[in-house]
Amino acid sequence: MSLAFDDYGRPYIILRDQGSKKRMKGLEAYKSNILAAKAVANTLSSSLGPKGMDKMLVSPDGDVSVTNDGSIIVEKMEIQHPTAKLLVELSQSQDAEIGDGTTGVVVLAGKLLEQALTLLDKGNHPLKISDGFDRACDVAIKHLETISEEIDIQANEHEALIQAACTALGSKVVSKRKRELGKIAVTAVLDVADLARKDVNLDLIKIQTKTGGSVEDTRLISGILIDKDMSHPQMPKEVKEAKICLLTCPFEPPKPKTKHNINISSAEDYKKLYQQEQQYFVDMVKLVKDSGANIALCQWGFDDEANHLLLQNELPAVRWVSGTDVELIAMATGARIIPRFQEITPEKLGKAGSVKEVQFGTSNERMLVIENCQCTKAVTILIRGGSQMIVDEAKRSIHDAICVIRNLIKDNRIVYGGGSAELACAIQVLQYADEVSSVEQYAIRSFADALEGIPCCLADNCGLNPITSVAQAKSRQLQENNPRIGIDCMELGTTDMKEQRIYETLSSKKQQIQLATQVVKMILKIDDVIAPDDY
Amino acid sequence: MDIVGNVLPQVLKDEATEDKGEMARLQSFVGAIAVADLVKTTLGPKGMDKILKPTGPGQEMTHITVTNDGATILKSMYVENPAAKILIEISKTQDEEVGDGTTTVAVLAGELLREGEKLIQKRIHPQHVIAGWRIARDVALKRLRDISSENDINSQEFHDDLIKIARTTLSSKLITTDRDYFADLCVKAVLRLKGSSNLDYIQIIKLPGGTIRDSYLDDGFILKKQITIGCKRRIENAKILVANTAMDYDKIKIYGTKVKVNSMDKVAEIEAAEKEKMKHKVDKILKYQPTVFVNRQLIYNYPEQLLADSGITVIEHADFEGMERVAAATGAEILSTFDAPERAAQVLGHCDLIEEIMIGEEKMIKFSGCKKNEACTIVLRGASTHILDEVDRSIHDALCVLITTVKNRRVVWGGGNSEMQMAAACEEEAKKVQGKQAFAIEAFARALRQIPTIICDNGGYDSAELIQNFKVELQKGNQTCGLNMTDGTVGNMSELGVKECLRVKEQALMAASEAAELIMRVDDIVKCAPRKRERA
Repeated sequence: MSLAFDDYGRPYIILRDQGSKKRMKGLEAYKSNILAAKAVANTLSSSLGPKGMDKMLVSPDGDVSVTNDGSIIVEKMEIQHPTAKLLVELSQSQDAEIGDGTTGVVVLAGKLLEQALTLLDKGNHPLKISDGFDRACDVAIKHLETISEEIDIQANEHEALIQAACTALGSKVVSKRKRELGKIAVTAVLDVADLARKDVNLDLIKIQTKTGGSVEDTRLISGILIDKDMSHPQMPKEVKEAKICLLTCPFEPPKPKTKHNINISSAEDYKKLYQQEQQYFVDMVKLVKDSGANIALCQWGFDDEANHLLLQNELPAVRWVSGTDVELIAMATGARIIPRFQEITPEKLGKAGSVKEVQFGTSNERMLVIENCQCTKAVTILIRGGSQMIVDEAKRSIHDAICVIRNLIKDNRIVYGGGSAELACAIQVLQYADEVSSVEQYAIRSFADALEGIPCCLADNCGLNPITSVAQAKSRQLQENNPRIGIDCMELGTTDMKEQRIYETLSSKKQQIQLATQVVKMILKIDDVIAPDDY
Repeated sequence: MDIVGNVLPQVLKDEATEDKGEMARLQSFVGAIAVADLVKTTLGPKGMDKILKPTGPGQEMTHITVTNDGATILKSMYVENPAAKILIEISKTQDEEVGDGTTTVAVLAGELLREGEKLIQKRIHPQHVIAGWRIARDVALKRLRDISSENDINSQEFHDDLIKIARTTLSSKLITTDRDYFADLCVKAVLRLKGSSNLDYIQIIKLPGGTIRDSYLDDGFILKKQITIGCKRRIENAKILVANTAMDYDKIKIYGTKVKVNSMDKVAEIEAAEKEKMKHKVDKILKYQPTVFVNRQLIYNYPEQLLADSGITVIEHADFEGMERVAAATGAEILSTFDAPERAAQVLGHCDLIEEIMIGEEKMIKFSGCKKNEACTIVLRGASTHILDEVDRSIHDALCVLITTVKNRRVVWGGGNSEMQMAAACEEEAKKVQGKQAFAIEAFARALRQIPTIICDNGGYDSAELIQNFKVELQKGNQTCGLNMTDGTVGNMSELGVKECLRVKEQALMAASEAAELIMRVDDIVKCAPRKRERA
């Protein structure tokens, strides 16, 4: 690669290790970037919609995962192309912000890039294209807000929320039980939601997985489930009216952080030290016991002797509880996390209706359930399934559904799915394009085409003829002025998405269009790529 | 390169591959079917075993395994194909969840995919296939539950059921000739648990020597340890103290302690102090007045001698599991501190007789007449360690199935009866369903029917004829018919006494269809570049 040459055709050395670097610029760079990004979008496009397919991903260590979740797919593909990586981030930011629609956003970006490529071929300037996309995006967002509807989330036993959860779950492997799982997700979210503040703390919903059984066996536990058992096999398996002492210090002799040495120089010292050590254990257990606690949960380990003393004092205890679990239990039971034994006081204890050990399968694995917590209701969704892959995928799907419900509680405006919202926006953008007098109108028109690409892709995945079904839906939308006409993916005989009750949140749709446009604009601005040669 | 001829930029890392559409599907079908075909010859009472030979250097790598257990075979295989890995995964889950039917689940998933592949070739969309499978699965599950029967847990019928189930499970294993003997043995062991599902209480001890027939169930508890020299070999009315404490030298656990002395005298003093500390500990133990002392950790000579002098029988180095079992069986508490001798009655375990026995060439300690009589020991004898290992696995399978049955109590007829019934239910359903899903439902029925077919084939019988006769027999309303694998005919299962646990069948059906669905839904396989391993 060379930037400049002298009179004899010899290159000037400008960049470090110039010879080993690769450079692409101008149209070549644009095209290469767009093609790479499109390749990623193409992989994802077959995952879109209720009949979308899954991807099987083999990790560098040979572990297999099967998923339909856009952000997970692009993350696990280990993409190395720099522009394609932008799409990975795009999907992940949608996941972080909204939690759902991670496939859709990448597919939309892909369609936009495809349009941009044609526009570039026609000789449009990239910046004009990106300006046009920007303006079109504004129009689409505005239109989305006008066609959005407010729904009453309380009505009919939260029917609307369940439907929205079903829409999110519809495309996943667990779809045959989407109604049950949707209900579980809705109940879980409502249990922990603060409806007055329209806020949901998702930390209070714990998703625990366990292979075995079937997806149907997935259930909601109104309490916290932790994958631990009692520290001593002979401790009671159930504690009623539990008063929980939550410790982050080990039941072991103290280990001061300052470096020190205790030198034993005489037999007396030795005996004294021994007695002191014994005293430590007795004191520790006594302090816990005296506070009135009847169960101790500890983030660290126990010394054998301490463990036995606990048993002797009829104080069931659990060791090695993970940090996140400790926090969750603290929140739910109102316990204060106690870092030192000296600071245990009765008012710092958390309260729960019961703590008990439950067992699964033949392999003797036990888990602890903490139920009827005093403060906030924390819930756990225990996911079961035939194999690790199914359980993992179910976990991701339920997470998506939970996010959708949370978004609806925050903002109860919805748009209809099945590609209807995109189609309505496309029509609106197209109308707007005719009003624009500058060059941008080509880009705006292309934006509309790209939006239409989403219902096209949906129809394609469902085995319908994409062109006819999109054309039909579009003409019906125009004739009836009804923005709810979409693609009948489930072959239910109606294209009105309100009747099919395919709900999507407005916030998710808005975010999808905005994020996709932003990333496309960014890719269109790159006109020079300098990279090491081995790329 | 795309169609137009543009060279696509490389998106994935070097060595990473991506297969799409047909290629991806073909790859997963081939892999899954290959795995299913591999284990299918082990299915049924006439199934064959496999030899597993580990790869790699080293002494332990030369140890081979001979087995008939699907999960064991699949677990030990290293496969590259991702779909094959999914099959192995469900087999493992089946093993953990119910303990048996590990071959069936892999074979059923493989057969489903084989049928699925044919449907895909007929240009039926995978999603339609899945939709059909889901209908079929629900129908099959419903039929399976309908044909199951339940008996009261304490009744004689239930006891008979258990024996029949154990026989059925064991009939496909190495010990099929002695299955009546072992079935009885397993049922007795499980019934001792009195409904609890803790398999830990049933200990299996394997000792080479003798014949398989010499295996027996000991109602006491056997610890594979020796009584320390110089102690009594037989203790009646034993009071047992089970401990988990350091009896070598009790180091001070306070962090940063270091012994630093400036004269030899001081060393001697500290040594004496140390000794005294141990003596002190022993004294404390003695206050409990036990007659037997079992410790998890090792015991040094000095405390051992002190204890032995006081007439206490010492057992050291009991492993963790063994210790928990001793505690559970004798009702002892596992002690680590010894400051409350007044609780002695509460914490000491009790049993009528402890004695050292010889099984084969090995000395063991037997605890009989324990306080809590739940624990028991199955002593397995056999000509070689390979046989013993396989018998152990078979017994484990049978015990798991029995425990599951005790929990669930519902049973179905064996000999392929349940599969044929489910297949029939699916076929009936297929007639009512509109749309192309019906093909998938029929395919599901065919896959289910493959299980008895493979069992026939493995027995060397004419499967086509047998299965057809079987079908006709069912159609006539003979609900208990099934394959008689000794004669190669369609027989009556209630006369032959072939029963199976419903839970095992249910779990196999659900896990297999879930896995097949999972594989069917895939249209794209991305393999990341393998992690580079640095050679040490």
